[in-house]
Amino acid sequence: MTHLSLPTWLLLGVALLLALLPLGATTFYLQLGAKIMIMAIFALSLDLLIGHSGLVSFGHAAYFGVAAYALALITPKYEAANFWLTLPAAVAAAALAALVIGFLVVRTAGIYFIMVTLAFAQMLYAIFHDTKLGGGSDGIYINVRPELTVAGFKVLNLESPAQFFYLALIALITVYWILNRLLHAPFGRALAGIRVNEQRMRSMGFPVFSYKLGAFTLAGGLAGLAGYLAACQFGFVNPEILAWHQSGTVLMMVILGGMGRLHGAVIGAAAYVLLQELFSSSALFGGYSKHWQLSMGTLIVIIVLAFPHGIGGLIDVAWRRRGYHGGEEDSPQSAQRSQRSDAEDSESDDLTAKDAKNPK
Amino acid sequence: MFYLIQLLNAVQYGLLLFLLSSGLTLIFGIMGVINLAHGSFYMVGAYLTYWLSKMTGSLWFAIPIGTAIAFAIGLLLETTIIRRLYRRDHLYQVLLTFGLILVFEELRSIFFGDEVHGVAVPEVLNFSIPLTETLSYPVYRLFITAVCLAIAALLYFVIHKTRAGMMIRAGNSNPEMASALGVNIPLLFAAVFAVGIALAAFAGAIAAPVTSVAPGMGNQVLIVCLVVVVIGGIGSINGAMIASLLIGLADTLGKILAPEYSGVAVYLLMAAILLWRPQGLGNKS
Amino acid sequence: MTDPILQVSELSKHFGGLAAVDRVSLEVRTGALHAVIGPNGAGKSTLINLLSGELSASAGHIIFHGRDIGALAPERRSLLGISRSFQKTNIFPSFTALENCRLAAQSREPRPWHWLRGALSYQSITSKAHQALEAVDLSDRANDLALTLSHGEQRQLEIAMCLATEPQLLLLDEPLAGMGTEESQRMIQLIAKLSDNHAILLVEHDMDAVFQLAQTLTVMVDGRLLASGTPEQIRANRQVQVAYLGEAEQPT
Repeated sequence: MTHLSLPTWLLLGVALLLALLPLGATTFYLQLGAKIMIMAIFALSLDLLIGHSGLVSFGHAAYFGVAAYALALITPKYEAANFWLTLPAAVAAAALAALVIGFLVVRTAGIYFIMVTLAFAQMLYAIFHDTKLGGGSDGIYINVRPELTVAGFKVLNLESPAQFFYLALIALITVYWILNRLLHAPFGRALAGIRVNEQRMRSMGFPVFSYKLGAFTLAGGLAGLAGYLAACQFGFVNPEILAWHQSGTVLMMVILGGMGRLHGAVIGAAAYVLLQELFSSSALFGGYSKHWQLSMGTLIVIIVLAFPHGIGGLIDVAWRRRGYHGGEEDSPQSAQRSQRSDAEDSESDDLTAKDAKNPK
Repeated sequence: MFYLIQLLNAVQYGLLLFLLSSGLTLIFGIMGVINLAHGSFYMVGAYLTYWLSKMTGSLWFAIPIGTAIAFAIGLLLETTIIRRLYRRDHLYQVLLTFGLILVFEELRSIFFGDEVHGVAVPEVLNFSIPLTETLSYPVYRLFITAVCLAIAALLYFVIHKTRAGMMIRAGNSNPEMASALGVNIPLLFAAVFAVGIALAAFAGAIAAPVTSVAPGMGNQVLIVCLVVVVIGGIGSINGAMIASLLIGLADTLGKILAPEYSGVAVYLLMAAILLWRPQGLGNKS
Repeated sequence: MTDPILQVSELSKHFGGLAAVDRVSLEVRTGALHAVIGPNGAGKSTLINLLSGELSASAGHIIFHGRDIGALAPERRSLLGISRSFQKTNIFPSFTALENCRLAAQSREPRPWHWLRGALSYQSITSKAHQALEAVDLSDRANDLALTLSHGEQRQLEIAMCLATEPQLLLLDEPLAGMGTEESQRMIQLIAKLSDNHAILLVEHDMDAVFQLAQTLTVMVDGRLLASGTPEQIRANRQVQVAYLGEAEQPT
């Protein structure tokens, strides 16, 4: 354990900091922190698809929203639901939705996949928006948050911002750990292979369809976990929670942090939520603060054109420049990753070379 | 008679979708770019028409000027931003054009506010054809149908009978080949993109009197257009035509049979097509 | 002579009106390398793609171990013991050479869902990958990224990936393409060695290599089977000389 990689160090530090935060922070910061961690889980689940399996889903909010609605619909009006019952139910509902939709969409690729994931997410949006299920376009309130008890003893009080913060932290660390293990296990290695060269994987005997469907379902379930927590936190669910706007937002988080890196998804979620706070602060942007999406949209354009590897890419470059390679070369993944961004860099070099040859 | 009216509505809606999705599918097919901001131009066209017709008092003036402005914006957008996306991963195309949607939506909010507006039907066409004692059909809708048909015919003519169309077809099937044949690719791309945008804006403009001019109108229609492209097959104009009409019918039928679930009908159609022909109706396997 | 492991009968593939492969029949046996030669566009690569499942046949039968596999997807055929290489090097450039082979070997792991166990801790898979690299003489490059290997080494790696799946039948699509003389010699020796205990179908343009390696030769022209037989018979065949070998003697 002498050679911990940079992301691991960073995350250990951040986790420690976060664990201590509730001792001194105000309710506002606790809620902001919990929101960031929930969005980080959401972004991690999408990164499993985009960054590690090559499946660019533009309808990931659907599974986030299905779980949120599941909680809202199960919860009785005036009493608390059981955490241990509602959490698995919500996650299972999200995973089931992903399994069914995945069965249809995973057979498509490229542009089709993007459009079809988006379209099916909109279908769910239409269902929740147009029918009375879940209160229609007005949404539905969760008046009492679920109760987390073990053997009749109330372990965490989710109504308390500090204790909810801890719950989100535990969930984030668990998801991060699961994904980290998964990506190093044979299943994750196969996904990496599929991302790079699907045809070769098939000719080597991998049932690519099942692997992709498995990843899609798992990502849907994890997005569901995030959606469940989000519904707990806000106490309110409406159709916008699974609208494509939300799908675009989480995609932005993944790219902002740098896709294909788990820590990137976490960084991206934090950066996005904080930027949103910044852009919508009336102290800084005055009357334009209510048009914060203008700033966000412009930022997205700039990121795509100028920083396609996101913040994670910038950190990687800085870290490599300082010469801290650590023991990372042992893991196939790290070698592959640095190589990947190199390959992508040279790809964009090619591009500029081509552009130079064909002056517009 | 009731069904005749519904059928006419379905066809009118379908043809309007065709105007929107033909540009989208051509931009996919030729440049390989997925432009989510396409729907924003439907909104831009509608808002420009609202604004211009209020200023000048004439819809006949507002529609062409609005379309021309959209064409200019399209050219500007292609040369400054979209051009850099051609060889990038679809992921980045999606994200960037998603960013553009946010920008357009907020600019709309800043310039025009968030209220819902209406555009008056011009006097000449502001009457209905009585069908039975109680039912009648507004002439302006027939006018939309006729104009859309004329434009579809024009598109067909341009693509199949002119030199520009030959270049477009060459670019659609094989860009490298087209380049080798001496086609000015950057110019062709800019033109196709701007024309696609102009078609979307025109659809928004001409539909403005029958739909309300409202925030978010572009996003709603974009999703349906994506479904059209999926069903029709990427790059296939003929497929887009068939798919547009199919969706027009499915949507209308859904509204009659199960009003609450009508929004879902379109997607069920897409799911069925995906199972049956994943490459779309217009493309060969 | 052993029984044929692969029997192809009347196999056809039409693209629109064009018959890329037209009623081709052949057999492949373990220990007796079968080479398919023919001018460019004769349908050799299409034949390989039909056998591996990348393309599905328009008509005809592919019998592997007595079972018709014509309707199976590529991954199913691979699991049955058919492995192929590609005309254009087809590897995972951003992975190490070892990881390329490890993935190939992993495809035989029946339980890939154990997400808690790191991939590197599966001893049997890793050792299979090492054996495959050793067989093609690439052990010393195991931890180098595949994209840093020379062209010849990448072709060897591709063979190693085939071997890591422990196939019975190898479909090799121009393994010598683009190689220098020395690299070619190494590859020819490797194929000769593999031929002892594998059934091999080889598509190759290098005539010296083909006549050195093959025990059975099939000549394809315009998608059809022109002649089939031992190297001596093919060399003596008038039709083949006119259609193909005659041209091959002139530098192209």
